[in-house]
Amino acid sequence: MKLIVAIVRPERLDAVQRELQAVLNEGDQYRLTVRAVEGHGRQQGEVEYVRGQPVRSRMVSRVEVTIGVNDDYVEPAVAAILRGARGAEGGEVGDGKIFVLPLDDCVRIRTGERGRSAI
Amino acid sequence: MLIQATPDGAIDSGSTAWMLASAAFVLLMVPGLAMFYAGMVRRKNIIATMLYSYGAMALIGVQWILVGYALAFGKSVGGWIGWDPALLGLQGLPADRLYGDKGIPELAFVMFQGKFAIITPALISGAVAERMKFSTFLTFSLLWATFIYCPMAHWVWAPGGWLFERGVLDFAGGTVVHISSGVSALVLALLIGKRLDYQTTSGGAVLPHNLPMTLTGAGLLWFGWFGFNAGSAVAVEHPVAGASASLAFATTQTAAAAAGLAWILIEWWHHGKPTSLGMASGVVAGLVGITPAAGHVRPLAALLIGALTSAGCYAAVQLKGRFGYDDALDAFGVHGVGGLIGALATGLFCFVPVAGLLTGGGPEQLIKQALGAGAAIVFAAVGTLIIASALKATMGLRVSPAQEREGLDLSLHGERGYHSELV
Repeated sequence: MKLIVAIVRPERLDAVQRELQAVLNEGDQYRLTVRAVEGHGRQQGEVEYVRGQPVRSRMVSRVEVTIGVNDDYVEPAVAAILRGARGAEGGEVGDGKIFVLPLDDCVRIRTGERGRSAI
Repeated sequence: MLIQATPDGAIDSGSTAWMLASAAFVLLMVPGLAMFYAGMVRRKNIIATMLYSYGAMALIGVQWILVGYALAFGKSVGGWIGWDPALLGLQGLPADRLYGDKGIPELAFVMFQGKFAIITPALISGAVAERMKFSTFLTFSLLWATFIYCPMAHWVWAPGGWLFERGVLDFAGGTVVHISSGVSALVLALLIGKRLDYQTTSGGAVLPHNLPMTLTGAGLLWFGWFGFNAGSAVAVEHPVAGASASLAFATTQTAAAAAGLAWILIEWWHHGKPTSLGMASGVVAGLVGITPAAGHVRPLAALLIGALTSAGCYAAVQLKGRFGYDDALDAFGVHGVGGLIGALATGLFCFVPVAGLLTGGGPEQLIKQALGAGAAIVFAAVGTLIIASALKATMGLRVSPAQEREGLDLSLHGERGYHSELV
């Protein structure tokens, strides 16, 4: 089991969801957590103008997608996020990052199930 | 400056005061409309959506002084358009000249009418929100106000205008403002195409980001509409302007209230819950519906007109999805459909200056109303098709897909409506 945490552009979220749906669909809705986050990578924030003065915000807005998957699904899910988050025009600085973390256990609150079947 | 009575008659201080106040009321509708619309878009497009309205406020504010008033209310050229070189830039208009026999300075009338010219293209922006280029919208508004709005205002409201002379009733702009903007909005929505996310998120609708803002905007519209409708009494009636304004005030209040109530009751029955957006939409629909009839019907008729318009607009908005066009904020569904219902209802319920079909008169007025509405629909549709097609081929109507996904605020205006506290 792995926990995939991906930070992507807000405007790519729809495409990421579509791609994930295509590889994770088992006839029911796949599971996903999304958060709005602020931060920065190598790039800086967007230039905005306040009464003519250019201002570059220190942080940029991104969306963080968290998804827990069984081992067979790790590579397809990573590939799906890549396709959705990069966009048709090719990659750019600021497109985001995908982290894959080990996941010790998983518990479904409703039933108390644990491990693979709870994911 | 001392204003002196002219041979036409004395200045009427009551009418003048109310005309000036009404002009300010109607201007307040533009920020109201901007808020009404901006609450319904996504947060990345709030600035762009409000700037369509404020853009019209500034641009048409200039156009009206330079050429707009001369084209709409100058000496009639065959009933089709006004023209008077002395009115260009208002150079030949002394402050003490009275407007016709209405007992008000013409400058007050110029300002009042100018606000109508401003809000009409701003109404259209609701259909193309979240995707139309700001530069093209401004160009479109200028051409549309000059070649569509000014002639139509002349036809209906200026002495000598061909619909005016035929006795078509449009008290405060159901035809000139609402049918024309609604129909043009539909044509523009068809030409520009759907928003990228129109089908992918939540089954067709794009979720609003701030309904309290929409409700506040609807409240400001309701308030401003008293100037729109009851102010028009001064432009229409003299020496009984006070009586006519009071009637228009009462019918406006009645129709808006009945329509807000009707909308939430209908959706309560239809979907199980009364919604705030339903209340806001109903109120605006009722105000649109009563606009052409305001000074011509009794309050009880206004109650029916409000409820009827609300039901008609509700149906139009529900059916929108079936036709597959993306009139983003229902400019056609509310203003086009509501304006048409109001124009026809005027022919049914009017009692001054003539009796309508249901008030003891014959079908004559209803036929005249249909003529006025039909002329507005055809002229606005064809005119918008020509202007928008030309702009589509030259400037382009839409932002790029990347700009649209990023949001128009940042990509077109270099601003955000909301910053995170972390920045």
